[in-house]
Parts: sequence; structure tokens; C-alpha cells
Amino acid sequence: MSATELPLIGDYSTPNTELSGARIGVVTFPGTLDDRDAARAIRVAGAEAVSLWHADADLQNVDAVIIPGGFSYGDYLRAGAIARFAPMMGNIIDAANSDAKLPVLGICNGFQILTESHLLPGSMVKNDHLKFLCRDQVLRVENNTTAWTNQYGLGEEITIVLKNQDGQYVADEKTLDALEAEGRVAFSYVGWNPNGSRRNIAGITNAAGNVVGLMPHPEHAVEAGFGPDHTGTDGLGFFTSVLTHLVGGQK
Amino acid sequence: MSAAEQTAEQKKFNMDTVANAAATPDTELPWAELGLKQNEFEEVVKVLGRRPTAAELAMYSVMWSEHCSYKSSKNHLRQFGDKVTEEMKKDMLVGIGENAGVTNLGDGWAVTFKIESHNSPTMIEPYQGAATGIGGIVRDIISMGARPVAVMDPLRFGAIDHPDTARVIHGAVAGIGGYGNSLGLPNIGGEVVFDSVYQGNPLVNALAVGIMRHEDIRLANASGLGNKVVLFGARTGGDGIGGASILSSESFDDTKPSKRPAVQVGDPFAEKVLIECCLELFKGSLVEGIQDLGAAGISCATSELASNGDGGMDIELTSVLLRDPSLTPGEILMSESQERMMAVVSPENVAAFEAVMDKWAVEYSWLGEVTDTNRLVIKWDGEVIVDVDPRTVAHDGPVYDRPYARPEWQDALQADTFKASEAGKNLPATGGELKAALVELMSSPNMCSKSWVTNQYDRYVGGNTALATPDDAGVIRVDEETGMGVALATDANGRYTFLDPYHGAQLALAESYRNVATSGAVPLAVSDCLNFGSPEDPDVMWQLAEAIRGLSDACMELGVPVTGGNVSLYNQTGATPIHPTPVVAMLGKFDDVARRTPSGWRADADGQAIYLLGTTFDELDGSEFANIRGHLGGLPPKVDLTAEKTLGAILINASRDGMIDSAHDLSEGGLGAALGEMALRYGVGARVALDDLCERDGVDAFTALFSESQARAIVAVPRSEEVRFNDMATARNFPVVRLGVVDASATSLEIQGQFDLDLNELSEAHEATLPKYFG
Repeated sequence: MSATELPLIGDYSTPNTELSGARIGVVTFPGTLDDRDAARAIRVAGAEAVSLWHADADLQNVDAVIIPGGFSYGDYLRAGAIARFAPMMGNIIDAANSDAKLPVLGICNGFQILTESHLLPGSMVKNDHLKFLCRDQVLRVENNTTAWTNQYGLGEEITIVLKNQDGQYVADEKTLDALEAEGRVAFSYVGWNPNGSRRNIAGITNAAGNVVGLMPHPEHAVEAGFGPDHTGTDGLGFFTSVLTHLVGGQK
Repeated sequence: MSAAEQTAEQKKFNMDTVANAAATPDTELPWAELGLKQNEFEEVVKVLGRRPTAAELAMYSVMWSEHCSYKSSKNHLRQFGDKVTEEMKKDMLVGIGENAGVTNLGDGWAVTFKIESHNSPTMIEPYQGAATGIGGIVRDIISMGARPVAVMDPLRFGAIDHPDTARVIHGAVAGIGGYGNSLGLPNIGGEVVFDSVYQGNPLVNALAVGIMRHEDIRLANASGLGNKVVLFGARTGGDGIGGASILSSESFDDTKPSKRPAVQVGDPFAEKVLIECCLELFKGSLVEGIQDLGAAGISCATSELASNGDGGMDIELTSVLLRDPSLTPGEILMSESQERMMAVVSPENVAAFEAVMDKWAVEYSWLGEVTDTNRLVIKWDGEVIVDVDPRTVAHDGPVYDRPYARPEWQDALQADTFKASEAGKNLPATGGELKAALVELMSSPNMCSKSWVTNQYDRYVGGNTALATPDDAGVIRVDEETGMGVALATDANGRYTFLDPYHGAQLALAESYRNVATSGAVPLAVSDCLNFGSPEDPDVMWQLAEAIRGLSDACMELGVPVTGGNVSLYNQTGATPIHPTPVVAMLGKFDDVARRTPSGWRADADGQAIYLLGTTFDELDGSEFANIRGHLGGLPPKVDLTAEKTLGAILINASRDGMIDSAHDLSEGGLGAALGEMALRYGVGARVALDDLCERDGVDAFTALFSESQARAIVAVPRSEEVRFNDMATARNFPVVRLGVVDASATSLEIQGQFDLDLNELSEAHEATLPKYFG
């Protein structure tokens, strides 16, 4: 097995690459599903993936963190509600709010964990049609100045994978108005709102632009032949964006 | 009897020790209620030399049930092991008999896969029944030492418009999604069929596939004197008690009380954690043997581990962690609580084993150890309640040579051909009629789009899905460096098998073989799930015997061994059995999944030539067209395994050498459905003509469009490859005819001289059916 391949079992950290030197952490909770995929996306973008275990407190000096999708702790209470209290999350919340502004991307369950952690406003409830839905979803990039979206054009339409049961983004009207007014809607659904999210919101950012959360899955659209319609690599921009951001000296 | 006396009586029964059993030979035992027949109970007494204790009775009753012992099918299933050549065995690392078969993929990689039924639980409690079907088959894959990488589900429901069908399909699909999606396993294919014969007996089959390195293969045996036996995962509760013996081994009967508590309840989160923690155990080589707990729970796991090992086993049953402290020893032995595993650990690995459990917060309890007595001894608080030879429980159960005979009605059924029947009158002939017939066919319950179902499943997780439904096969990358991967397809046609069980089973095999080859993979191995009615009915037993004979003959001819599977009997309501439904799962291998062939042409295929491979005969009996006209009779399409092999070789070589960009096999619905599906795959039109085909094969346009002749496929060939492609087919003496071209500027499928069908109209009709019935 080569050094760049994901092992079947255990630690998916990749060896340090010469390409960027960036180290990006991927958090695994019990019930996390897309951690290996996120690690692969980081590797494809040219950076080093670092396994972060929920119960550890050490951030291992990573340059950015991805909280991947899944069903942390089974999501039996409320999606993300328990994961938010993991020791690792405490560190991530502090680092994201610190002056260093650690870039954090929450995907699907990771987005739910970020709202439960109050790093992002609002919450997710069950899809309006009450079913799990997996589809290739078109999104519009509404903010291309964040740590995770700077490689996209403003208004660019991208197709990545949507797959969830609790994907309906909700917040009070005041919060929604503020998100729109401050340009903090990062992505919106195009063509069809697949889950009843308020104002077609698919993803949002914090005011500083270092914390981004969205329901669809960019990590499933980074390799030709293994993504939407079996051609899509539209998700790769998330990972190259954060590398650009880090190389730009904003660590 | 007063309540207090009753409790005392109950306790006495529960504390039935071996000594007590020997001393009280005349105690009445509820063997009939536990599903044992009189002769079977007498056999237990003979084996033990005394009456069984209550706990022993519980063990024998579940392990000797049809579901666990294969007592009615064993004599016939032997053919799968007998009809194999040395050539077929060369890639088989583990064969039938273990939790799942293992096939070599080269470069140190191996793949394990298996299909199983969870039919009766799904009828009773659709969500949990289907969910735990996924859970069980995934644990079989883990127990082999593999990382599970994908699942598939062939599903068969009653009539689409029957009120109960909505209950079953909503629950089953949500259960499969709810469980499978939470495990992080892509669902890459399967089938959805509606037929009133499945009204009271829906078929929910579940397939899982896993990947491992050769050195990680694990087997279910308990060896090594003094090694420790541990039970880990979820706690043991009262769910699923007697599930295997009661549900799966008897027909449903409305007159008996509800059996709802016999269905297990699943917890996918516990299973996901179990997967990761087992893989960590394997990585550290911390277990000597491992077995999942499924049907028959601890009874099965202890007796199979001990029977497969080289000694005996001593177990203290009060050490089992319980969800419900009131469970009796017999109930603990029979409970089918999900998400549990049993392992054998050497003393020096105990601490490391416990560390892995603690990391994943998985509960465990040490139950006992491996002995050299050749006896399975189970104690309750130190008192012996089970003392048996484990082989007599796990492997030496009863075997029946059930009487079977060709049904009296079979001849009349086969004589009733579609075209001679009333339903076969006034067949579509004009362009307008053919167009309307194609739209009707493609919106019919069995031919309509199944995206309402498959969109409730995650097909992307893992990042290795190269093809998934609606393509002919699901394709998963195994080796990220080389692109080596596997393809899987499941197929069955209950209508064909009803008309002719021997050939119907072969047609299921042929279709799965063709589907895998159409995707570009080389077929390697088979797992089968044989869904039939009651083996006590000689008609059904004949169907089963014929299907197994046909399947094993055809496997030998195609050179693909059966590596495992499952038999599900008693799928009948009252005296009416389901159609015999042998579901065949075919596994194939790609050297590089980048060469996979999708089942439709894209816009950039504009101008590519569309070819039909194979010969079209007048074969409408048992077809989907006959089905929408309400007819079932005659003989199914002819089986030609030589043609299937040649077709497969052409498709695989053409894919590997870049001669074709898309391909789709012809099966249910024939050429018309295949052309429609290819055009709808990416919404790109085509212009084709049937004249050359009709003239060469001597059929009319209707027959050309709707016949279900086998060993056929459509391919789209780039202009630059046409000569090479034609030469290859000609060199193999395989019939090929050019039908037309892909037309990216067209928004329609045009059958020249017949009709021009707008793709939006076709798509709407194709997509609308399931949402119309199920929301």
C-alpha cells in the first residue's frame, strides 16, 4: 500500500507533503462517517490530513480544522448536540474565536455541531419532506471572501453532493436578515430548495470568515469519476481555498 | 395456581439444571411452541441421553430451525460445492460455510460479500425488519476481518396500489436508509419489484461487501486451551427472542397472536462503533476467532465457535450484560439483540483488547474460556444448565429429504403463451401505438424510475463509488493507487422462475453476469438468496430443487463459484407461496475502475454509433409487457450461456480497450426499455431504426421493442472505434447490428418510421409513478 493511500483501518493521517506544508485536522467522533473522505480531499488538494480524536484535547498544532459529516453519537438527542461538548470541540471553539482565527469548516453534521457550538447562528431541523435525500445539488457561491471559498467566483454555480435527513436550515427572521445584510450567506440552493431551508440557505459563515458551515458535501466532489454525475470536482475549491488562505499569511 | 406458585414454578423451570433434567425425565417441555417437531425433539433426547434442560431446549430449537440449519435445503445446496472445477476454486480463499466467502483480488487484496434475507421481520415491522437486515449482513462481513464498503438491496413488494404496500415500502426503505446511511456505507444498487404474489410476504434481501488484506482474514472458531471468550457491543435484551425459529420457519397464519416482539430493534450508531472497534482489534491481531451474533444469538455464536474450534467451551451465563434483568437463561441464549459480537482472545491480549473497548466506549463482558473437553458447558451462577457436544447443536441438526414433484399445473401454465392468449390480442402495431406502449411500459411499477427509493440512500459516502443505480452494476474502487475495484449486481425474475424454475434461476444468474460485464468488470463469484414458499409443499420443494440444480449447473458453465448465501423458506400466506425468487448477486473485478462503462450516453457522445449485440427472438412470455397486460404463462426466454459468455467477453474487452463509452444490458422491458433508459440516464437523445434488426432476426417492430431475449446489450461506439468494434464482434461470430446514432441536439428518442418520443414526456412518466403512490 502506498503512502498516499487511505488505510483500511485506523489513523488516516497523511505524511507531510512538500506542497504546502499545511496541516489540516479532521475530527472523528463516534458515529462520524465522512472523516476518511475529508482526509482524502485534503490530500487531493495537496495538504496533510491530521486525525483528531474527539476525546483528546490536543489540536496538534493544525492550521485548520474540518468537522466532517456523519451521525455523531447517533444523533439520537438532536444532531450535533452531544458532540458539541467533546473535549476537542472546546479547543476548536477557543481557537476559532481567538485572534489567530483558526479556519474551521463544518460539513453536514459538522455544520450542525457548529451551530450547537454557537460558532454559527441558527439550527437545522428535519427536511420539510421528512425523508433522507441524496442528490447532486447545485449551489450558488454568495460569498467568496471566506477562508473556505476564496477560490470560487462570486455567483459561481457549483454541483456537489447533498445527503441528509436533518438539513432544513432555520433561524429567526432577525438573524436571517442580518446574515443576508452582512453577506454571511456563503451558499444558497439553486433551482430547487431540497429541504425547506429558510431563504434557500445552504451554508453560512461567521463575520470573520474563518468559520464556514454547510449541509452539502464538497469532500464528495474532489475526484473526477467519484462525485456528482461521476464527473464533478466542484468541491475541491473549498480545500484549495483554505490552503490559499493559509499561504496568504493569515494563519 | 396462584401468582406466587406460578412464579415459583417459573423459577424452577428457569433453573432447570442438567442434574435436574437427569432426575426428572418426565417433565413436560414446550418443544412444539419453540418450533421443534416431535421427531426432532426425540432426536435431541437421543443425542443427550436424557431430556434437555430448558436452556438446552432453547438452543436446539433455534439452531435446528429451518433458518439456522438449512434442514430442507441442505441436500440440494451441496451441488454448489460439488459442481466446481479447480479453475473456479483458484481465487476462492474462503468458501461456503463461514460467515461469508472470500475471493482473491490480487496484490494482497481480498473481497468478501454475501446476500441474506430479512423477509418475515420486514413484513411484521418494516422499519426495524429492514434496518436489522442491513445490520446483520454487515456484521457477517466484519466477522471475516473486512472493512464493509457498500451495501445493496433487492426488494420485492406486493401490488403497488394495495394499501398495505405503502406501509411496507415506507418502513423498509426508511429502515434501510436509516441504518445503512448511519453506518457510512454507500448503497449502490439493488432492485425494486412489485407483484401481488409478494403481498403478504415482501422480500427484503440485503447484500454487503467488504474489503481486506489477505493477512486480515478471520474465521469463526474457538481454539487454544485457556483462551478467553468475550461478548461485546450492545447489551442483551428481550428483542427478537425466537425470531429465527418462529418467524422464518413457519408460514404466517392470521389465527395466531401477533409476533411483533420477535422482531429485533436496531441501533446503527452502536453498529458503526462496532465496525471501527473490530477493525482496530484486527489491526492489532487481538482476537483469535470472532463471530457475530445474529439469528439464534448466543446459542449460535457459542455452539458455532466451539464446534469450529478444536476443543470445548465453558461459559458463565450470568456474566452476560443485560438490558432487561428479568430475562431467563433460555431467553438470554435465544435473544437476537443486535450489534453484538463474540470473540476469542488469548490471555496476553486481554489488556489490549480492553483498551480498544474503552477507547470506543463499547461494553464487554468476559463469559468464559476455551477448554479441551469437546463439550459446550454453560453455567448459571455456577450450576450447569447446558452440557452438550457443540457439533450436535451447530452442525449435526436434522436433514430432510423433502418429497418434491413437478406440479400438476406446470404443463398448463407453460402451454398458456402470451401471444395465443386473450391478453395478447390487439398488440401495438402502428407508430403511435408503439410509442404509447413504450411510455406505458416505462411508467409501469416495475419499469419506472426507482429514484424515489434510491435517493433515500447515501450512494457517495466513502468516496469510492464509481457507478451506482441506475447503472447496470454498482462499482466500488478498492485500491486508490491502481484503481482496482469491484462491481456488483443483483438480479432475479420470479415470473420467469415460476414458469420454469430450472431455467428461471439460470436467467437470474445470466442477467447478473451480463450486468457486471456490461459495466466492464470480469465476473468472479456468486452469492445467492433463495426465497421460496414452504418446503413442506412438494410443488414448492420441486421449484427449490430445480432452481438450485439450474443455478449450480449454470455457475459451472459460466465458471463463477457460489461463495455463500442464504435460503429463505416459508414465504407464503396460507397455501399460496410467492413466486420462486432466487436472487443472484454477482461480483466482478476491474483492474481499473476508471474504465467502467456507464449505462447511458452523455452529450459529448454526440454522433456515436448505437449497436445492438445479440439476437432477438419472439420471446414475450413472462415479459414485463405481458405483465402490464396481466398475463403470466408460457416459457421464459431461452438461456444461452455460451452466448452470454461471448457477449460478456466483448463488453469487457471493449470497455478495457476504450471501444465503447456506454453500454446497457437488455433484460426486463427489452430493447424499448433499454433505449429509453440510456437516453434518460443523462437526458441525451438518439435516432435509431429497427429495420435491419427486424429483417435479420425475422421479427416485427413490436417484438423487436418488447421481447426479452437474453444475451443482448446496447453499446455506444465512438466513430473512430467502429471498425475495430465490428471486427471484434465478427471475429467472435457474435451478431451485431447498427441501430443508429446518439444525437445531442435532439431532445427525443426517435425510432425512425415509427415514432419520435420527447424525452421530457418520457422522463415525467418514468419518474412520476412511485411519488404518485407513495408521496
